[in-house]
Amino acid sequence: MTTMTDTPKNLLPLARPQYRRTLAGRIIGWLRANLFASITSTVISLLLILVLAKALISLVLWGFWNAIWTVPGDQTGACRAIRGLGACWAVIPEKFRFILFGTYPFDEQWRPALATLTFIALFYLSSRRGMWGQKLVLLWAGALVVIGVLMWGGIFGLSFVSQDRWGGLPVTLILATFGLAFGFPLGIVVALGRRSKLPAIRSLCVLYVELIRGVPLISLLFMASVMFPLFMPDGVNIDKLLRAQVAFVLYAGAYLAEVIRGGLQAVPRGQHDAADALGLSYWKKNGLIILPQAISHVIPPLVNTFIAFFKDTSLVLIIGIFDLLTTAKTSIIDPPWQPFSVEVYLFVSLIYFAFCFAMSRYSKHLEAQARSR
Amino acid sequence: MTTSTPEFPHRRTRRRVLWSRQRVSGLLWQIAVVGITIAIVGWLWSNALHNLSVRRISTGFAFLGREAGMPIADSWIAYSPKDTYVRAFIVGIVNTLRVAVIGIVLATVLGTLIGIARLSSNWLLSRLSAVYVEVLRDIPLLLQLLFWYVLMQGLPAARNAWKPVDGVYLSNRGLVIPSVPIEQGNLWVIGALVLGLIALYELRRRLIARQMVDGRSRRIWPYALVLVVGLPALVSWGLGVSWTIAIPELRGFNFVGGLTLAPEYFALITALVTYTAAFIAEIVRSGIQAVDKGQWDAAKALGLRRGFVLRHIVLPQALRVIIPPMTSQYLNLTKNSSLAVAVGYQDIVSIANTTLNQTGQAIEAIALIMLVFLTISLGISLFMNWYNARVALVER
Repeated sequence: MTTMTDTPKNLLPLARPQYRRTLAGRIIGWLRANLFASITSTVISLLLILVLAKALISLVLWGFWNAIWTVPGDQTGACRAIRGLGACWAVIPEKFRFILFGTYPFDEQWRPALATLTFIALFYLSSRRGMWGQKLVLLWAGALVVIGVLMWGGIFGLSFVSQDRWGGLPVTLILATFGLAFGFPLGIVVALGRRSKLPAIRSLCVLYVELIRGVPLISLLFMASVMFPLFMPDGVNIDKLLRAQVAFVLYAGAYLAEVIRGGLQAVPRGQHDAADALGLSYWKKNGLIILPQAISHVIPPLVNTFIAFFKDTSLVLIIGIFDLLTTAKTSIIDPPWQPFSVEVYLFVSLIYFAFCFAMSRYSKHLEAQARSR
Repeated sequence: MTTSTPEFPHRRTRRRVLWSRQRVSGLLWQIAVVGITIAIVGWLWSNALHNLSVRRISTGFAFLGREAGMPIADSWIAYSPKDTYVRAFIVGIVNTLRVAVIGIVLATVLGTLIGIARLSSNWLLSRLSAVYVEVLRDIPLLLQLLFWYVLMQGLPAARNAWKPVDGVYLSNRGLVIPSVPIEQGNLWVIGALVLGLIALYELRRRLIARQMVDGRSRRIWPYALVLVVGLPALVSWGLGVSWTIAIPELRGFNFVGGLTLAPEYFALITALVTYTAAFIAEIVRSGIQAVDKGQWDAAKALGLRRGFVLRHIVLPQALRVIIPPMTSQYLNLTKNSSLAVAVGYQDIVSIANTTLNQTGQAIEAIALIMLVFLTISLGISLFMNWYNARVALVER
């Protein structure tokens, strides 16, 4: 057991050195306060600076100085020669169309590109407080129709492209967005059901939520890909992407239900009583009074769930659906480019990071807003 | 006025309470929802039975007793492809637990360190931890796992293995470290060590209880020395156990002796630990920040050092905020260990998947996966709830 005999030296009023009010003085003052405040701090700073400098130098050497940005055609000999010393960024311009859009017909790839932009615009508009409410539902319905038209085609002179040719970023965005769009209402219903006074409904909801949350997502995806066809009547053959989408909706529903339930618990009892006193029906009470308050309580954790969900869509790799990660992994099967998977993975990481980082910043911003109110 | 009130109206009011509109509608709702659920499940079930008979897939768990015929590269218990499916599944469960338990321990240590570093007064350290957390959290785990796996495969061959310390080799065959061959005698010593640790824990609890009474702090390290070092040493000496250390050696194309961590296992552990540590760091940070600042000030006023304050005053209070979200991170790590299938590490999901492909018995295989994970999840939840109840604030 540690004894509590510590010299009270840090109680002595330390005279703070007065720095000159010049820039150099201020910088030195800052450095002293933040990097070299004590012996331990100085040691840590020096060690970190050493490690960082070493890492940074080798990173710059690998990523820029020794890197090769273009090679003629499939002649990756030069890249192979410097493998380990320099990056072969030439793989990105060579493969990025496939990574982003998969096997979508090459000449028609402006359509998934436009669909991706529509998604981004949709996310941006959804993040604005002014849009929240009924407008948002209409916006989502409209955007999803536009995206469906762009991806499938078949009308307005667009040629039809079947789902099994879709791939890359749009598939990731579709899985995430549709999963949330349908999982959210499901989550609300289940959250209400879990707090319902009716025992049969409550236990069904508990069973659903706990079962889905208790098992890994992969087993749900396996279910969707191998078990689901067994449960369908003869002749009914549902597309693999749609089956995975159903699994994602069920998965998102369970997790969102738990977040929303947290919000429901935060709504004071008096709100229920007041709504009952006004004679509102169950659905009116929840739809107009309880849910709007409950959801606004839990917007930051909801956004965090969205981030987790967005990342989780990458698991479809395991059941062979061509999302962004699968196209990345497939693009380096090509023998000349095989050794350069690190470069491709870094490129894809950057795309995932951009989406998730934007969402996490947004969540932080919302939290700060909630705190200041 | 002498006439007694007839019973009729009284019974009517009771009846009305019993059959109010709300109750009736509630009952109808429940009947409808349960009915629809049963109908859907029944319909799916009848389809499944029909499809299984058409495809000549047998049902039931009889296949578990048959020969598996699947090779498992990385196993801690004896296994050969001639063994039954049951044995293969047990190997899978052990492999899953091996990842989950070690992953949880390492992720907790790393995450706590990073979480504390994030609050450091050293600007560089806190910035770096923040960058770590932000980057690792915003990239899918599967992508990170593939990345680590590719890096592992990019390591030099066994012949030119990278050798940071004598006896430790890192190559595309994985990490090879010296080990101690475990025999029965060694197990006794390990048992003595565990016993000593349990006794020490109990002793520490009593000593603290006595300190609570008289306020005198008592030394614990002499007891620790006796129980944790002395007792196992005595057993080892008494039984004459040998502690030869097997140092790995390169023979031909591979290593002999020592303990080999396969590249798949190593990549999986690295990915799970670094990823989960980012989340744990955030939990630890917010837990520490949730402790009232006055606690720091009060401890400082008593002249206590920063490290001491953190360990003995702030962290115990922060634990109450930390444990519930930590539990869900542990559950996540365990569930995420199923990503093993993507790099070919044979955990329970991977083995069930192979079984599924060999026998076609999808329903049984997936049911087994779910059963295993629900059991593990339940175990972790129970343990953490017990621990949470122990550290919970006892209010007078």
